[in-house]
Amino acid sequence: MSGHASKQIDTTTLWGGKVSPFSTSYGKLMMWFFLVSDALTFGGLLIAYGFTRHDAQDAWPIGEETFNSMPFLGHGFPLLYVALMTFILIVSSVTMVLAVEAGHRMDKKGVIKWMVATIIGGFFFVGSQAWEWSHFIHGSEFGKVELVDGSQAIVKGHFGEIKNFTVIEAGEHHAKGAVVTDDLMHQFQHAVEVGKINDGIITLHDGSKAKITKEADHDMELIIKKDGKSNKVGTRIKGKNAEKMYYQAIYSGTPHKVIYGANLEQNEYGPQQYGQFFFFITGFHGFHVFSGVIINIIILLGVIAGTYHKRGHYEMVEKTGLYWHFVDLVWVFVFTFFYLV
Amino acid sequence: MERDDIIEYSLDAHHSEEQGVLLRKKIWKVTALLTIITAVEVLLGAFIKQGTSIWPLVKWSFIGLTLVKAAYIVLSFMHLGDERKVLRYFILVPYFLFVIYLIFILLTEGMYVDNVLKSHGG
Repeated sequence: MSGHASKQIDTTTLWGGKVSPFSTSYGKLMMWFFLVSDALTFGGLLIAYGFTRHDAQDAWPIGEETFNSMPFLGHGFPLLYVALMTFILIVSSVTMVLAVEAGHRMDKKGVIKWMVATIIGGFFFVGSQAWEWSHFIHGSEFGKVELVDGSQAIVKGHFGEIKNFTVIEAGEHHAKGAVVTDDLMHQFQHAVEVGKINDGIITLHDGSKAKITKEADHDMELIIKKDGKSNKVGTRIKGKNAEKMYYQAIYSGTPHKVIYGANLEQNEYGPQQYGQFFFFITGFHGFHVFSGVIINIIILLGVIAGTYHKRGHYEMVEKTGLYWHFVDLVWVFVFTFFYLV
Repeated sequence: MERDDIIEYSLDAHHSEEQGVLLRKKIWKVTALLTIITAVEVLLGAFIKQGTSIWPLVKWSFIGLTLVKAAYIVLSFMHLGDERKVLRYFILVPYFLFVIYLIFILLTEGMYVDNVLKSHGG
């Protein structure tokens, strides 16, 4: 690891040709150059994010309000899941550096063991990111709502379960008095988006009208993100008042009062660009992780085949290691600037 | 023909079992440090809300802690700290020059655009 790099060589010899002034091999040097250029790409993306955020400061979503869910556990866990992802990536970086260390001792078994661990960690991270994306795209049960005064609010709290729709006016498929119990949430959200719920009466796909039976919501809180006639940015409205305002908006029978989840055009969390940056930055990073896993697998096959052992050194492991640590490094910055601050 | 003017730097990277024990100890220390920093960040983020009076302090400590984490990853895990000084500067100096310039210019512009949009009812 230190080896030649720390040897004292006089400058005439060092810069006089036949030796690398950096005391490092060609391959490793080129990997460093690639990483610098890649780091500039990520730097550019994150700084562009900073620019956009600073020109829409008030409307920008807050990390711990947006990312507060855990798989299987629901919500109320601000940033814990991303922290877990960060931890997974750090640990896989550690196993990688242990693989490199084993390589320096020509310990083939050790290299294999730690590289397998690294690859598993990488898969866990990519999987976590898939969950995170899916959660971001589907959004919350409440969505972002445009209130009657024209202000926009994100909604926190527990959404009471929808029990059924009881048909009160027959349509093409449902007779009067029929009770619909399938796909309720999806039908409900779709009807809200297109403005087909009026005073608690939902118009279903087939034109039938039904009464919604729904459990009460708990701890609802509206956080105003865009000024309206009476509500200003940053105002928080809680309890019964919040419920009244929310349902007044979504049961008004007017379309486009609520946005659920996210796509490239709109999202329930904040300005349009927020969703775009989320998809681009975490997507580009996820793509790096994924290619890192693939490269690690290829190198692992080389290790198992004994290619590097015959060569006399495991520098290929060190080079993929550099790339893998770089992916971890980028995530450290994404974590801070996208989720924390 | 075999070239005789290339030094196999890759072979110089080997170390003994005893050195390995020390290196592994160092790796686990860095791991513990990185984990603790991440935990501290999450706790701060969970308990101190944006918009409170001490938030700016928390925000800057996040950025400081991130740079500490990044330094450990680059210098220890990526071994840049063990490389020759000239390589270290060759990698870091151009990057920091460019990035600091970019941060300065874009954040200044961003805040300016924010003001314009606000005062002209964007």
